[in-house]
Amino acid sequence: MWPQAWRHFPAALDHPMNTVFDGYGALLLEGSLETLKLAVCSLALAFAIGLLAASAKLFGSRLIARLAEMYTTVVRGAPDLVLMLLLYYSIQILLNGLTERLQWAQIDIKPFAAGVIVLGLIHGAYFTETFRGAFLAIPRGQLESAISLGMPYGHVLSHILFPQMMRFALPAIGNNWQVIVKSTALVSVIGLSDVIKAAHDAGKSTTRYFFFIAVAAFVYLLITTVSNLVLRYLQNRYDVGTRKVNS
Amino acid sequence: MIDVFSEYWRVYLYTDGYQFTGLVITIWLFFFSVVIGSILAVPMAIARNADNPFLSRSVWLYTYVFRGTPLFVQLLLCYTGIFSLEIIRNHELTNAFFRDGMHCALLAFVLNTCAYTTEIFAGAIRTTPAGEIEAGLAAGMSKFQLYWHVILPSALRRSLPSYSNEVILVFHSTSVAFAATVPDLLKVARDVNSATYQSFAAFGIAFLIYTGITFVLVWLFRQAENRWLAYLKPQND
Repeated sequence: MWPQAWRHFPAALDHPMNTVFDGYGALLLEGSLETLKLAVCSLALAFAIGLLAASAKLFGSRLIARLAEMYTTVVRGAPDLVLMLLLYYSIQILLNGLTERLQWAQIDIKPFAAGVIVLGLIHGAYFTETFRGAFLAIPRGQLESAISLGMPYGHVLSHILFPQMMRFALPAIGNNWQVIVKSTALVSVIGLSDVIKAAHDAGKSTTRYFFFIAVAAFVYLLITTVSNLVLRYLQNRYDVGTRKVNS
Repeated sequence: MIDVFSEYWRVYLYTDGYQFTGLVITIWLFFFSVVIGSILAVPMAIARNADNPFLSRSVWLYTYVFRGTPLFVQLLLCYTGIFSLEIIRNHELTNAFFRDGMHCALLAFVLNTCAYTTEIFAGAIRTTPAGEIEAGLAAGMSKFQLYWHVILPSALRRSLPSYSNEVILVFHSTSVAFAATVPDLLKVARDVNSATYQSFAAFGIAFLIYTGITFVLVWLFRQAENRWLAYLKPQND
């Protein structure tokens, strides 16, 4: 999975001459990548759920809008860790019931899949509110003029509303992303081998807990710093065409 | 769910017979984290906007580090990490302090919420209308008087909406305290889960309690906004 030039990087971390990580460098690196992968997958799922639920709230029938409303209220009312444990165990039990009835072999949910589903569901609720607010921030005339020109609804959404909505939503999306990155830390509670698990294992066998947990903290800080830079770049791109006041 | 609750409600709400557990611990942690964190955040927010670059940069670094890393990691660092250092265990005072998971949880929560609250307050101070400050200066106020009578009352009021979000987040994040072996609401739920194997009931009860308290908090803050932010409401007459 590593590019040619970086091929030796994981091994170099644990080179016998390098005693910084006591042979746990590759494990920490793997854990960090797992954390990043989990965050990206959860973001994608949350994004999709958010768009869907926001459309349901804005354009859906009363029943669908009410359901979406219920979803965002319930999810935002409780801590993510509680929801995570509740869903993790309940989904497994539901799945067991289903496979038993169908007489299939038991399917065990992997911590990674559970983490993606749970984080996606939780942060989907926050994305729903973000997208709803952003849709509402688009001047109404934009929608009306597109419809009066006879554009099909799909085009109105993809060519008129979505690009403008993204401009309004981007700062909040950035915040949500940072929150997702930080809440991936909790998934180690349900057994994912992420960077925290790696740091904990390394700390346990070397008794250098402080150092290894600080390394994990640094990995998170690195992720948030890099994403800050990327977000600033994206914001400049989506802000193309807006008038700025020089102060 | 009802039979689990009728058997374990005492543990969920206040005690397991030996010590305080469940909701009482959660609320205790939440209350003291928010109060201490907010009190510390006011001078920090002023320092964040100070002209002295050394002062404002160091506060920036503090908030950047604590807002850029997960609370869970900070808690692990405070509890597992610091106590594994020999220098801590060799001193009587620090040894006694960090041995107790409750202290470590409180320390981590206070540091974390203080960082977020500092940024909220600092943002509100920064956006104080220039006219208010000029009026204070024109009235011959000293710097202290200016902050005490003009800037802080105005800024703290205006930060109420985002501050309420932060307070609710702190309430939610107290659920990671189990990592420091604090017997809070979620720890109780986990114990009940492993005792009864009724996962849905065990975590469902915790979920309902957390949600109920969250709604109470939301209601309280709405009352506070109606009282202190009424003058900022859109006028519709």
